[in-house]
Amino acid sequence: MPDVTFTVDGKQITAPAGTLLIEACKSAGIEIPAFCYYPGLSLQAACRMCVVRIEKMPKLQTACTTPVAEGMVVSSETPEIAQARKATLQLLLGNHPLDCPVCDAGGECELQDMTFKYGAGESLYAEAKNHREEQQWSPVVYFDRPRCILCYRCVRMCGEGMDVFALGIQNRGSSAVIAPNIPAHQSPDHLAHLDCEQCGMCIDACPVGALTSGAYRYKTRPWEMNHVATICTHCGDGCKTTLGVRSTSDGAEIVRGDNRDKSGINGDFLCNKGRYAFDFANSPERITAPLVRQPDGSLKEVSWEEAFAHAGKKLRELRDAKGGSSIGVIGGNRLTNEEAYLLQKFARTVLGTNNIDHHRTADYVTFAQALAGQQGRTASWRDTQSYPAVLIVGGDPTNQAPGTAWNLRADVRLNKARLYVANTDEIKLRRQAKAFLQLAPFGYGALTAYLAGDAASASNAATNTSALDTFRDAVKAEEKLLILIGSELRGADLKRLIEFGLTIPGAKFALLSDYANSRGAADMGLLPDMLPGYVPVSNPGPFAEHNAPTKNGLNMLEIFEAAGRGELSALYVVNSNPISRYNVDPAVLKDTFVVVHEMFMTETAQLADVILPAANLYEKGGSVTNSYGDLQLVQKAGDRAGVRTDFEMIVRVADKMGADIKALVPFGKGLRADMGQSRGAQSGEADRHAVWLTANNLEPKLSPFDSWAILDEIQRLVPGYNLLRLQLLSGNDQHLEPAAASAASANRRDLVLPSGDTLFTSGTLGRFSPALNDVQRYQGNEPLIQIHTAAE
Amino acid sequence: MSTITNSIFSPETAARFDRLVTLYPVKRSALVPMLLYAQDEVGYVSDAVVTEIAERLDLLELDVRNVLSYYSMLRTKPAGKYNVQVCTNISCMLRGGYEILDHCKHKLGIGHKEVTADKVFSLEEVECIGACCWAPAMQVNYDFHDNLTTVKVDEILATYRAGQGKDVK
Repeated sequence: MPDVTFTVDGKQITAPAGTLLIEACKSAGIEIPAFCYYPGLSLQAACRMCVVRIEKMPKLQTACTTPVAEGMVVSSETPEIAQARKATLQLLLGNHPLDCPVCDAGGECELQDMTFKYGAGESLYAEAKNHREEQQWSPVVYFDRPRCILCYRCVRMCGEGMDVFALGIQNRGSSAVIAPNIPAHQSPDHLAHLDCEQCGMCIDACPVGALTSGAYRYKTRPWEMNHVATICTHCGDGCKTTLGVRSTSDGAEIVRGDNRDKSGINGDFLCNKGRYAFDFANSPERITAPLVRQPDGSLKEVSWEEAFAHAGKKLRELRDAKGGSSIGVIGGNRLTNEEAYLLQKFARTVLGTNNIDHHRTADYVTFAQALAGQQGRTASWRDTQSYPAVLIVGGDPTNQAPGTAWNLRADVRLNKARLYVANTDEIKLRRQAKAFLQLAPFGYGALTAYLAGDAASASNAATNTSALDTFRDAVKAEEKLLILIGSELRGADLKRLIEFGLTIPGAKFALLSDYANSRGAADMGLLPDMLPGYVPVSNPGPFAEHNAPTKNGLNMLEIFEAAGRGELSALYVVNSNPISRYNVDPAVLKDTFVVVHEMFMTETAQLADVILPAANLYEKGGSVTNSYGDLQLVQKAGDRAGVRTDFEMIVRVADKMGADIKALVPFGKGLRADMGQSRGAQSGEADRHAVWLTANNLEPKLSPFDSWAILDEIQRLVPGYNLLRLQLLSGNDQHLEPAAASAASANRRDLVLPSGDTLFTSGTLGRFSPALNDVQRYQGNEPLIQIHTAAE
Repeated sequence: MSTITNSIFSPETAARFDRLVTLYPVKRSALVPMLLYAQDEVGYVSDAVVTEIAERLDLLELDVRNVLSYYSMLRTKPAGKYNVQVCTNISCMLRGGYEILDHCKHKLGIGHKEVTADKVFSLEEVECIGACCWAPAMQVNYDFHDNLTTVKVDEILATYRAGQGKDVK
């Protein structure tokens, strides 16, 4: 669109024609208040707060619905406008209680801010306020009707944004009210309820305290928390979430997760898990002291020193007596990149084994190998917001990667993107799709064969073969196409699909996996045949300096098979629960020395000889890589006395095994610390130094527990991880492309086991989240716990 | 032939609804007339009515309820056989509309939006019914009665109670 130039408050502004006045002003630093306007959602013009005076127009105009025009002259703040806004506020406050001191939104309420600004705190209205009791709509959504100012943000957010349409407006005039989709008279407890995806986006969008969060309400005030921006630990999208943290007697408790600053890759989106399922961190069931199994079979709390010494001594003895190849190592999907890298380095260089694996939720090895030698062919998650055409083969983003689904809906809604969906199931995203191809059960292999040119496979791919032809032709006609691939496609199928996609010049790919750092676990080489960066074990290239074994190790299944044959002397498990996930018979590990880093007494931890209580992803720093290959910074938010990070524990165990820690973690390099002055004119110098040094990769790594030391090594050795430190440190995402060599052998077992998680489950971790359990029970139609409306 | 199997409506109404859906550029435009006709047939907008209309128009039940709750002339509970609607807007008010309303309340022993125990009468205070020239006025079902006095109201109610009044629906 051509640019137009216009004047606001005497300031010349240029913006593309068609831009809304309110947005153009915002870009120019002029704030126009609005309650109902929400970027990205349809226009409502319900609140009348954004009125401005535009010359040659008879009345005040709403800036949220007025597109800018050439030569327009606008006043955004005059006594006339202030009076109009004050009158609007008085009307809005007609039924709104002034209960700011108890309201959850107090301190971050748009209505409160505006009331202070325009001085409408005293009302001219003598009528009694229309009061209604608070309602619990679901375990996570509460509604306080009198506070509602009927801006319709929640209604639009739920309908347009989430494609759920669980909220509506009922009645009219001053009795109008937001209503959920289960009316009181149809509900077993005669109270209105919500049947929805429980994402809490309505709460986030609410400009006042009408919709409040079950997890956060009445717990604290916004200014009493520290706010830490970090990455959600649940699915593979890697949403940025701002955790509100408060000190407790045994650490720091996370009380809120939201994304109000919209600074992350996910914009304003968070799903149910991101918003509420941080509460496993506060669980009383957490293990907070090291446990060592006694000769009588019981687990006894011991000191850290004793636990590390015991684990280190036993591992060393077993390695020396039976060889490294008798030891297995299993890593988790929620470790930081640095921890995953350190774990494989520990396994390969200290334990001397390539028997290392993780719960694989997508075939990243094939993905990287199929794209070997290609540049600019992998998609960033950001591409899902803007690409003009998207093909999804397999997967169900709505349930498995809700942020991806959110972006795709927005892309279709705002950019008129064309979405093509090929799936064996009728996934929800087909509602936004231009074309939905219903595949035959298990038809992905046949589909990729068909796309590769094997016309005979058509009938195995879909019952409607003419639809298949039309679908393929439509997809092939796209110039810029984003191809999102579900974990159903692996090995040869995945390779064929990528080869088909590569024939489209503007196609980019992404492979969706299930957990926060599933991609990172694969990238960092938690694999028996691949070193970090998909470097084959047999040809270590840059990793030759590690002098690790060059024979492929045992994979997850083979490790337990070896245990069954009595050939596994030790098993080292970091934040993973393979016993439950792979249905392993606990008896196979009876003669194996098992060390487990865990938060909870999982099926795997129950079999351990040493349990080291671990911090979770919200309690440590580092970096993670999402499904798309976007690297982001993880920062420590919560804290719990009695737990340590996996990073520290691996280093300490290695130390007790007698390893050369300087070789394992290259710390102690960089400049010597200059702490600067802490007082006087040059105070703050130390901070400035620190930022500069860190950004330039020169900060002193004084401790072997400094994960940045490992990041240095990742940056130095891992192909594809040529990251920008400043970008990482400023909390921005950056896209990394795998730089693998093409596959040597075609017959590699992919061993992908999708997690099967839904919107309300998250592997073993999810079982320990009260919020997820509540929502599951609620969606399973158990009666809700009644809320207490009276003061206790 | 109805497009909905097991419609809760009579074959005539069902056929009328089938046609109604085709009359507008977008289906949901048929929502308000459909709700009115359904109320005339069933007596009120029941949950079953909401469900079927939502299905006919490809709407969520929530959408139907949103519209339904906006209009005061659509009711979700059964009215009496004769629904007495007394106007109290300005012309009627000046000419004694509230007197008529109070008289009806007293006479029938029910209040606004209530139904007599025998379910014969229900009473409603309504906004302007467009009979200002002959105020005060009231409407019984779709039948108008104007230039009312309390005596005249008694006669009208007696006629209905005797089953002799027009029952226009």
